[in-house]
Amino acid sequence: MTYMTIPATISGGPSIFQVRMGTGDILSAGDQADLLVAFYQDSYENHIGFLRPGGVLLYDADHVKPDPEDRRFTAVGLPITSRTVEAVGGSSKDKGKNLFVLGLLARLFELDVAKLTGLIRDRFGGRAEDIVRNAMLAFDAGYGYPTDGLRACFFRLEGPQVSAGGRPQVTLDGNTALTYGLIAAGVRYGAGYPITPWSSIMETLRTELPKYGGTFVQTEDELAAIAYALGFAYSGHLAVTGSSGPGLSLKMEALGWATMAEMPVIVINVQRGGPSTGLPTNVEQSDLLQAIYGSHGDSPRVVLAPRNVEECFYVALEAARIARKFSTPVIILTDQGLATRIEAFDEPNLEALMANPSVDLAERGADFKPYPLDSITRHAPPGARIASGKYPTVSGLEHDELGHPSGNPQMHQKMTEKRREKLRTLAGEVPVPEVYGDPEGDVLLVGWGSTWGPIREAVGRLRADGAQVGQLHLTQINPLPLGLGEIFRRYRHVLVIEMNDQGVYGFGQLAMLLRASLALAHIDSVAKTDGLTFKVSEIVDGVNRRLSLNGHGARV
Amino acid sequence: MSPATLTPEPAPAAPRAPLTKKALTADHPTWCPGCGDFAVLASFYRVLERLQYPQEKIVTMAGIGCSSRFPYFVNTHGGHFIHGRSLPFSAAISLSRDDLHVFAFGGDGDGFSIGGNHLVHTARKNIRMTYVIMDNSVYGLTKKQTSPTSPVGFKSKTDPTGAIDQPINPMRTLINSGATFVARSHATQVNHMTEMMERAARHDGFSVVEILSECVEFYEGAFDAGNPRKGGQFRLIENHDTSDLVAAYRLASEPWPGVFGVFYEASRPTKNKLEAELISKARERTKGASDLELLQASFRKAR
Repeated sequence: MTYMTIPATISGGPSIFQVRMGTGDILSAGDQADLLVAFYQDSYENHIGFLRPGGVLLYDADHVKPDPEDRRFTAVGLPITSRTVEAVGGSSKDKGKNLFVLGLLARLFELDVAKLTGLIRDRFGGRAEDIVRNAMLAFDAGYGYPTDGLRACFFRLEGPQVSAGGRPQVTLDGNTALTYGLIAAGVRYGAGYPITPWSSIMETLRTELPKYGGTFVQTEDELAAIAYALGFAYSGHLAVTGSSGPGLSLKMEALGWATMAEMPVIVINVQRGGPSTGLPTNVEQSDLLQAIYGSHGDSPRVVLAPRNVEECFYVALEAARIARKFSTPVIILTDQGLATRIEAFDEPNLEALMANPSVDLAERGADFKPYPLDSITRHAPPGARIASGKYPTVSGLEHDELGHPSGNPQMHQKMTEKRREKLRTLAGEVPVPEVYGDPEGDVLLVGWGSTWGPIREAVGRLRADGAQVGQLHLTQINPLPLGLGEIFRRYRHVLVIEMNDQGVYGFGQLAMLLRASLALAHIDSVAKTDGLTFKVSEIVDGVNRRLSLNGHGARV
Repeated sequence: MSPATLTPEPAPAAPRAPLTKKALTADHPTWCPGCGDFAVLASFYRVLERLQYPQEKIVTMAGIGCSSRFPYFVNTHGGHFIHGRSLPFSAAISLSRDDLHVFAFGGDGDGFSIGGNHLVHTARKNIRMTYVIMDNSVYGLTKKQTSPTSPVGFKSKTDPTGAIDQPINPMRTLINSGATFVARSHATQVNHMTEMMERAARHDGFSVVEILSECVEFYEGAFDAGNPRKGGQFRLIENHDTSDLVAAYRLASEPWPGVFGVFYEASRPTKNKLEAELISKARERTKGASDLELLQASFRKAR
């Protein structure tokens, strides 16, 4: 698993790239590093605290002077810059240092060299031939650098395991997995406006969709993006738009229309730090209430959040299923951490999963009603003949069953109920999430989205310390699955772990929603907003702090 | 554009009866008596009678405003979207469904104020569709506020002593935006209006017709200067090369009430066509692989 920290600057700055490797499940980016590679003095000074005592510091002796008094680590200085220049030669300066180190690490950890060199060729293949050659020279020089003494410091990784299902493993980042999920779900049309960290989804769709006979439109603004997506939906396609925090705010008016007109559409929000421009390249889960309650009027929403890269793929399929079945907008909340994180997972069984993207232009019967009160709306796209000869107008005005504007008080009440009840039906269909760990006891840790991995690791540590701890993770956050209250009552404390602020009432956003919907006073919050993913230790400490504050009784 | 994603329509059992005004009439218009929009609606029925598109292939869209109630009064597939955004919505219909004929209607507030950005960008993309702006130079639905085309001095509830901001010149804006068919008409001149809308509908690209359509409640007499029956002059464009951008701009700058007719007409590839070319090139490169094979190949690369 990888984790990227990128500065929100224009001309670059210190970037951090974390990798955690292993042959079992990897749940989080890890709290401490075993190996730190420092290219510059700054990177050494700023990150040496992240290295565990006894860990290995690998530094570029041409640039970094580590503190000779610090004996906590095994410090190994290599002339990375000069060796790279020597290997590449000519006037290339020190470009390629990263590939030199990649070669070195490949040797240290016995990584798959054929695969790595293949990836290097793919990455630089489109450019001049000497760029590929220089990259390979730097890589080879790193790989060939004598490291025998160092190799003893590390465990050897076992060969890649074929999982129980016998499917090969694939390695993708969250945004790409989500994009492929959309394609598998039958999405062929979409529109968007660039914003970090959503942009890579629209870039991939723009490249991929034409191969599938569809298209992705880069629009003039966020408002047009959702208008296009809804226009595609009106035309009979399942369409997507997306953005990050501020962009979702701009789409709210049209989302209200989609609720009123009952139009299926998928809206992705790759969350980042907010409000406003906030922390564009950091992670936060502070758009939950915006996703559920943003917009005007009573506008019931479906909101889903994937827990890891693999679920980014499957959540797109689920969003598509719900959007089609309930003729409703569905919001997918991912986040910056998940968007850029690279993880390995079992290749999906596409033969079984691919959805048919065709538009249903069959003639509608004489009894066709665009907005029936007694059943879920089934939109008739243009091109479909209507046997009654009466063609429907989809409407943002409150309307009667035939779509005619109606200001009738009873009609507004009934239609509001209709739009709400379909979400209640959905709530009843979702299975209650399984509890991991202890099925009852001291604490239940509840999470949503990308905090799943660190919470799971924290459960392990807390149980090892003797506490009875369970984990419950919500993928469908709105409407909430039924039966949560019963589970919550089996624990003395329910702590909701989220990357958002505790707000004026002392509870994070999901905690607030759960308290409001379940009326359980023992639901409390462990929330933070430092723009970084949770470390396992932060969760463990947060839980312990809450429990010691609260004693055994619940805070009322 | 994407025949692969459209299921074949059932062939009509019998030859169709011609599309008539009777079949096209839907809800009774809710406009005030005397509103210029009635004439626009009547002309649109005539245009559709002339074009004889299959009824289910016509889409009538609108945003918000008095004129934007239009789709409820036309018996075709249609929609009433949000204020100012009917163009991107309609553009998506046109782009993803080459079998349809897309018309969007709206007022001066919808088109030049809240939706101004969309107008410019839909025009530059040259989406194949027709946009009819029913300009009454006032916000009528909200009962008399200044609009982007209200002249300086116009007294409204938001400018009780008279408007002070320079209005938009619709023709200049449209010519500049890259629209490939730009025409202007007057709601009292039914034959002219019908001809302009029909030519717009037949144009292969983004076509716009601005129609001066009087609001008798809140801006009575606004367009009398262009109406011979009220002592004005309905001056038609004559001896004008419609492909001449500079000449069109000069015509658009004539003093009120200006001239009427086609200001500009150009042939430029539509986004519909350009996107279709991207698709066929992409399909050539992938040798017509199925959707499943394409996605499987993407995953294989990630192994």
